[in-house]
Amino acid sequence: MATAQGPLTLFDKVWRNHVIATQADGQQLLFIDRHLVHEGSFHGFNKLKEKQAKVSRPDLTFGIVDHYAPTKVRDLTRVDPAIAGMITQLEENCRQNGLRVYGFNDPRQGIVHVVGPEQGITLPGATIVCGDSHTSTHGAFGAIAFGIGASEVAHVLMTQTLWQKKPKRMRVRFDGKLGPGISAKDMALSMIGRIGADGAQGHAIEYAGTAVAGLSMEGRLTLCNLSIESGARCGLVAPDATTVNFLRGRPLAPKDEIFDRAAEAWLSLVSDGDAEFEREIVINGTDIAPVVTWGISPEDALPITGAVPQPEAIGDEGRAAHAREAIDYMGLRAGMALTEIPVDRVFIGSCTNSRIEDLRAAAAVLSGRKAMVPGLVSPGSSLVKQQAEQEGLDRIFIDAGLEWVDSGCSMCVGMNGDLVPPGERCASTTNRNFKGRQGPKARTHLMSPAMVAAAAVTGRLTDVRDLMGGRA
Amino acid sequence: MKPFTKLEAKAAPLPFASVDTDQLIPARFMKRSRSEGYGQYLLHDMRFDSEGKPISDFPLNAPQREGSEILVARRNFGAGSSREAAVYALVDYGFRCVIAPSFGDIFASNSVNNGLLPARVSEEDAEELLSLLENGHESVFVDLENCEIRVANHVFGFEIEPVWRTKLLNGWDDLDLTASYAADIARYVESDREQHPWLQQLPG
Repeated sequence: MATAQGPLTLFDKVWRNHVIATQADGQQLLFIDRHLVHEGSFHGFNKLKEKQAKVSRPDLTFGIVDHYAPTKVRDLTRVDPAIAGMITQLEENCRQNGLRVYGFNDPRQGIVHVVGPEQGITLPGATIVCGDSHTSTHGAFGAIAFGIGASEVAHVLMTQTLWQKKPKRMRVRFDGKLGPGISAKDMALSMIGRIGADGAQGHAIEYAGTAVAGLSMEGRLTLCNLSIESGARCGLVAPDATTVNFLRGRPLAPKDEIFDRAAEAWLSLVSDGDAEFEREIVINGTDIAPVVTWGISPEDALPITGAVPQPEAIGDEGRAAHAREAIDYMGLRAGMALTEIPVDRVFIGSCTNSRIEDLRAAAAVLSGRKAMVPGLVSPGSSLVKQQAEQEGLDRIFIDAGLEWVDSGCSMCVGMNGDLVPPGERCASTTNRNFKGRQGPKARTHLMSPAMVAAAAVTGRLTDVRDLMGGRA
Repeated sequence: MKPFTKLEAKAAPLPFASVDTDQLIPARFMKRSRSEGYGQYLLHDMRFDSEGKPISDFPLNAPQREGSEILVARRNFGAGSSREAAVYALVDYGFRCVIAPSFGDIFASNSVNNGLLPARVSEEDAEELLSLLENGHESVFVDLENCEIRVANHVFGFEIEPVWRTKLLNGWDDLDLTASYAADIARYVESDREQHPWLQQLPG
């Protein structure tokens, strides 16, 4: 629907619905519909205490234990007291302020960006914030969702609002149809490899095109999750029948006639045909191969058929220096084929790739095979774990020789003690291959769940398409 | 918050791209209370070896960089996690300004909320600033009113979101501003209850 302001994008429409006030300098006060807090939000709660303030909307604030959740022992008296303290501190802050809490022993506990959609906390057209950069995940529902710092967490706790400057609009269109073995992870890493880890800074990305429309909600969540790794403020996908069907019956989604009214409103959240974007990128989905990262930034991403870059072939001094630093840290040789890189362990989990569909994709490759290296599989939530066990996926991972553990952020960030040992190389379904991210001196290669499974089977980075004969 | 107008101080070069928030403060230190000060953890795994000894050729460990309040780095500084602890580490160490060609959006916003200036320069100017610092210059002058950086007789312009510039110049806190909009917030909620009841009220 075009308006007096001219044609609008999906992002414009959701943004406009949340503006409370506009300052002369362009800063706008936005209402926040959903605020998710986790153990790391303690700085925000401390600021609240300093001001002797109360949580403005406890009904719209949700506490979820994930960053420090131990995955191998479900008893807080048997873990590092400093880690247990982080968890009880969150649970206590939530109780004192009357928030809904998905605590450590709650059967619905899991990673905040998995639990939000699963419980129907995440809704199309909403504004969603959390003190975690991967909050961009929730944009998969056509919500404006972004990560905030502790000062902003405190501001939202106290006022349920946030001052923001509207970001620029960018559309990334994935045309065509993905090939067999290609997933949303490969789409996202291809894009980041192309535009750079700061390529979308200051922008809100709308993902569009046939390859995006063809993704399940799980795939869209992975795609939007990785928006932040391109520097974008957030990523969105327009709601459609896939979105509405996913939400129907979720515990905190609207019910009955309110659901029908909401669904009608959600389906109208699409960019107008002639809406303008400051930037537009088109990627042919049909051409995307499985992608892995070789370096220390998510932009160091290449198709598995490629080779480690030669720094001397890079003209720009800053970029050549980055490539040398990455090759040195990762212990690689310039020019070596990516499939020559051996791995020491694997990790399947994190807010990027730990949903049921991710576990199914990895299990399809591992079924009836043995892993050459050790590895950890941590489902995105306790409910995902339950479902995977009902489907028998846990047996496939265990029979392959991998550890099947409980839900949490786990080895993506290592806060709970699940770490990659120094110098070891991990094929990982996570989101950041930063130096030391999975532990001091740990080396991370990012890839899809199917590609991690393939690396587990051969003990080196491997094109999963070579292992797929006759499999899903 | 302390206003930021002008700063003449020692500067340190950090000639790396994508110095992410995991490097600015490794996750394992984030359980600690801010009152202990986060400065000792800044860039911990780049500054110290596995035995905790300072790495001698790391720029911040050079004796002439002691007391630096300005940091110059390459592109994509502060990418990654939303941890405000990364800014606490810089501020508690003594930094008041970071100069780089680009910044992680959340990091930049967190910086402004803590009075730390994220000054954006071109990649060429960042290289020149790094080279000046690596070739004997120690002091840098940053002028936020005029968005200008000076090293000896070299002058560079820098960019910052105008909203953030005003906030830093005045030392403003968002909460004071928001309090003056309480009636507007209440009106918004009332109207949204009608328009989007599913957003304002959860079932059960």
